[in-house]
Amino acid sequence: MRSILPILAVLSAIIALWYGAAVLLNKQWTYDQAARAGVTVTTAQMLADTMMQERPVLPAPHQVAKGLWDGFTGQKITSKKSLVLHSWITFSATMAGFGLGTAAGILLAVGIVHSRAMDMSVMPWAIASQTIPILAIAPMVIVVLASLGIKGLIPKAIIAAYLSFFPVLVGMVKGLRAPDAMQLDLLRTYNASGAETFWKLRLPSSMPYLFASLKVGVAAALVGTIVAELPAGASQGLGARLLSGSYYGQTIQIWSALFAAAILAAGLVLIVGLIEGRVLKRMGMVR
Amino acid sequence: MTEDVKAPVIFAKDLNLVFQTNDGPVQALKDVNLSIERGDFVSFIGPSGCGKTTFLRCIAALEHPTSGTLTVNSIPPEEARKARSYGYVFQAAGLYPWRTIAGNVKLPLEIMGYTKAEQDARVEKVLSLVDLQGFAKKFPWQLSGGMQQRASIARALAFDADILLMDEPFGALDEIVRDRLNEELLKLWARTGKTIGFVTHSIPEAVYLSTKIVVMSPRPGRITDVIESTLPKDRPLDIRDSAEFLKIAHRVREGLRAGHAYD
Repeated sequence: MRSILPILAVLSAIIALWYGAAVLLNKQWTYDQAARAGVTVTTAQMLADTMMQERPVLPAPHQVAKGLWDGFTGQKITSKKSLVLHSWITFSATMAGFGLGTAAGILLAVGIVHSRAMDMSVMPWAIASQTIPILAIAPMVIVVLASLGIKGLIPKAIIAAYLSFFPVLVGMVKGLRAPDAMQLDLLRTYNASGAETFWKLRLPSSMPYLFASLKVGVAAALVGTIVAELPAGASQGLGARLLSGSYYGQTIQIWSALFAAAILAAGLVLIVGLIEGRVLKRMGMVR
Repeated sequence: MTEDVKAPVIFAKDLNLVFQTNDGPVQALKDVNLSIERGDFVSFIGPSGCGKTTFLRCIAALEHPTSGTLTVNSIPPEEARKARSYGYVFQAAGLYPWRTIAGNVKLPLEIMGYTKAEQDARVEKVLSLVDLQGFAKKFPWQLSGGMQQRASIARALAFDADILLMDEPFGALDEIVRDRLNEELLKLWARTGKTIGFVTHSIPEAVYLSTKIVVMSPRPGRITDVIESTLPKDRPLDIRDSAEFLKIAHRVREGLRAGHAYD
């Protein structure tokens, strides 16, 4: 556990910086309020006030921690203020989009590896799709689907899938092409079919690449879902929570939602990592 | 089949292969004529670029000659490949890291549609043939380089091909392991009666193993000498100190030198 010391050092440095920034950014409001009330504040009073404002420019770490704690444990799960509810809404759309994106990425990769025509025609579009800002696409997708009567989870999942298919596609193309000429020659000496080459060689070879891409993909799916929750005037989800917080200047709410999203992302990446460890170990690819 | 018994297993006549590269055509094989009989142990020796591996790959139908005749078991190499008439051992063991040793040996058997019971029986048989009993459930990384290469030989022996093609199979191993594997390979050859094509660039290895040594030289890749070995079939390791052995080794060296003088 020698690594615990540097980790704690970095963490405390970040928290110290954060507190310092909170003082710097919030003190103006304290002084303005005091001037309006015609009183003077000492430095000690100012410092104390910057730590407990209701709508600080930058909430102090303990305020965000309290916001998170209240959001997760202090509310009924069905309450609009419950971060459990909002996280669940975002999580379910993220998972749907991640599943969709992963399936699309894998299928396209299989096509690209096996067909030169697909390699030439699909890959440029896949790359082009990622150069368009998702913020520009998301509202259009949501408006178009809403006009078709599709609302709720599906439009969000589609946008999440749009972001998450790409890393999976790129990783799987690389992974399915990982077997070297000798390994392919070996299967030719057995007169193996294309399907046998795929199932017995290409697919198992691609597994480490797949999991590396899935970690990127699941985080991208979460970002896509949150972005999709912003423009629709959605009332549920971490994105909606972010947006309503910014409407009303509820900075603590914004930061709490941000941290909830970060915790969710970290948890998802962690879960993918755990599955990766187990699968690769079962395959004998981890020593 | 009976009338084929006397026919050569591998027969090449006026074989040429030209690779089209960015620097222009490269003559990899020029006018190669060779006949390999059933049960022969044939070594191909020469410096790199002499076409020894290319010729082996032609036999395996992994490369295609530009002109000339080549037959394997009296049929074109492509058909022989489809009939799965040979096992091929590459320079690297190339075992699948996600399969156990038994799983790796099973790979060709699965593809060729052997039954589960038959697969298990054959895996056990060939693993004991290469002295790897007890390692069936290990993963490749748990084995030494020499053991991995033996497993890859077992994989090539697992199905009923009567030809074994080996492309510098022991090239990456140290000399001590190599000696041992050479000895074992001879025993294996004696027990199975397969026809073996063996690429090497080691003179002692070629002389020790072969009934026939094909000396090749580069630019263009061609055969400069074919030596029929006069050594007895039963060869202990110390046969390499005999006068007979040294005489053959000397002739191989002369052949290699003659090839180089042509440059």
